[in-house]
Amino acid sequence: MNVHGILAIYRFEMARTRRTLLQSIVAPVITTSLYFIVFGAAIGSRIQEVGGIGYGAFIVPGLIMLNLLTHSISNASFGIYFPKFVGTIYEMLSAPISTIEVVLGYVGAAATKSLILGLIILATAAFFIDLQIAHPFVMLLFIVLTSLSFSLLGFILGIWADNFEKLSVVPMLVVTPLVFLGGSFYSTDMLPPFWQSISLMNPVLYLVSGLRWSFYEIAEVDVWVSMASIIGFLLLCLGIVVYIFKTGYKLRS
Amino acid sequence: MLAYNATSMNSPAPAILTVTGLSKTYSGGFQALKAIDLEIQQGEILALLGPNGAGKTTLISTICGIVTPSTGQVSVNGYDIIKDYRQTRSMIGLVPQELHTDSFESVWNTVSFSRGLFGKAPDPAYIEKVLKSLSLWDKKDNMIMTLSGGMKRRVLIAKALSHEPTVLFLDEPTAGVDVELRKDMWNIVRKLKSEGVTIILTTHYIEEAEEIADRIGVINKGELILIEEKQSLMQKLGKKQLILDLVSPISSVPEALSGYQLEMNEEGSKLIYTFDTQGERTGITSLLDDLKSAGIGFHDLNTTQSSLEEIFVSLVSDAATEQPTA
Ligand SMILES: Nc1ncnc2c1ncn2[C@@H]1O[C@H](COP(=O)(O)OP(=O)(O)O)[C@@H](O)[C@H]1O
Ligand SMILES: [Mg+2]
Repeated sequence: MNVHGILAIYRFEMARTRRTLLQSIVAPVITTSLYFIVFGAAIGSRIQEVGGIGYGAFIVPGLIMLNLLTHSISNASFGIYFPKFVGTIYEMLSAPISTIEVVLGYVGAAATKSLILGLIILATAAFFIDLQIAHPFVMLLFIVLTSLSFSLLGFILGIWADNFEKLSVVPMLVVTPLVFLGGSFYSTDMLPPFWQSISLMNPVLYLVSGLRWSFYEIAEVDVWVSMASIIGFLLLCLGIVVYIFKTGYKLRS
Repeated sequence: MLAYNATSMNSPAPAILTVTGLSKTYSGGFQALKAIDLEIQQGEILALLGPNGAGKTTLISTICGIVTPSTGQVSVNGYDIIKDYRQTRSMIGLVPQELHTDSFESVWNTVSFSRGLFGKAPDPAYIEKVLKSLSLWDKKDNMIMTLSGGMKRRVLIAKALSHEPTVLFLDEPTAGVDVELRKDMWNIVRKLKSEGVTIILTTHYIEEAEEIADRIGVINKGELILIEEKQSLMQKLGKKQLILDLVSPISSVPEALSGYQLEMNEEGSKLIYTFDTQGERTGITSLLDDLKSAGIGFHDLNTTQSSLEEIFVSLVSDAATEQPTA
């Protein structure tokens, strides 16, 4: 096990975040604050309670998920894509380090950043509304699992992408719509029955629902179904990473 | 490959790197390496010469783990590059042909990163020594992107040396490099050699290979067409061989032709005459006359050195037309 190697990548990635603090921390905090001002205060004051809680509080889990998903994916994908793009990947490929160790470094760093970001978003939310968290441990578990699995997904995306467009297409065209349609800002009860069943095919719904349960004990689907889904997704991503590891897919010619 | 066998028999030094039947076909179907056999001795400086696209970088990249071999084996100090990649890669340092560097990192951080990546515990004193030996010490806190091309090349060398490798690959280290760095580079290479580091470098400048190498290998179109001690190569370069395919085999070279020091192949179907192209007279005309009077007929003749010469000519012309890029 090349522990020094894993740490080297991890530190390198964390240093990259410190250099781009504005983009990685300040921007999400501002965006989240805007959501609270626009949705929570301005519109929310005209919206009835959803599922027995205030609208501002209702959207907190969705906002955390939105940030976790987009930032995990973009952080991890950019982290591995960029060395490929500028050619510095040669060093990684010639180093005595396994793909799994490379994954640990990159995904570990991306997940750490997401975790920190999730907690910062939580703190931002607490600034706007009166937060109550029924099951803090379950909440943390959801945040950690989501950060990890979507960082893995990002890593896979970064390996697969051979241009910047592919890199941004997944977060922008897939993740954002899924989050918005995944009951982040409304309860699916508010939808006609047909759209309710369509919504159940959206994987993000299970995440948002599970995280919301940890806050308010209200959920669209059973919390254990949510937990099982995110663990299943994590395993799926791990499987793909193992495949990359075994075949050198897109890494070695 | 007669010369190759002779060389490895003469040298007592153990092989640190052994390449056997290595070939590489890229996914597009292009075969960049064709069954390369190569032995590199501990502590030597081997220069690989070859025109652009010959396969030099592919060979190096395969040994270093960047490119997966299609067939064949490579072992470093007895370890297989696939099975025991951790051992082999720990021993190897690579300075790539292209200036692939991070932009926003400092020199110190990027070199320390490399050491960690290669599995070594931090050793600031060693990094300091490396940076000083490469005249990078006063630049250690500079962001890499603020450095000149030559300085970036030095950073890449520092990164390659950061984990104290025993085998160092330098892929066209002097392409687009100024005179001063080139001189420095050779001093560094000589110093590393004196510390026991084995060095394999590629170049397409013959003079460079002549200046620094112990042995010279020539790669063309994915084949290692020659590998020889520099000394004997330099002698041979002035010599040419005339090979005569005889009409009927002979059992021994006739007495009348003893003055030519002819060699014969095993079957007695070929006569080989070595002559010096730089000499006053080549002796070819009289040899042919004497063959005729000895009653030895031949149906074909060719000169072996011509292909080698062609390679060198193409190399030299490549080098002459290439403009320095930095
Ligand atoms: N990744 C690759 N995919 C396909 N062909 C490649 C790849 N890399 C190199 N080649 C081809 O292999 C040949 C040898 O290239 P290279 O090893 O870089 O030669 P050299 O270093 O001697 O100039 C060239 O024809 C080059 O176009
Ligand atoms: Mg090359």
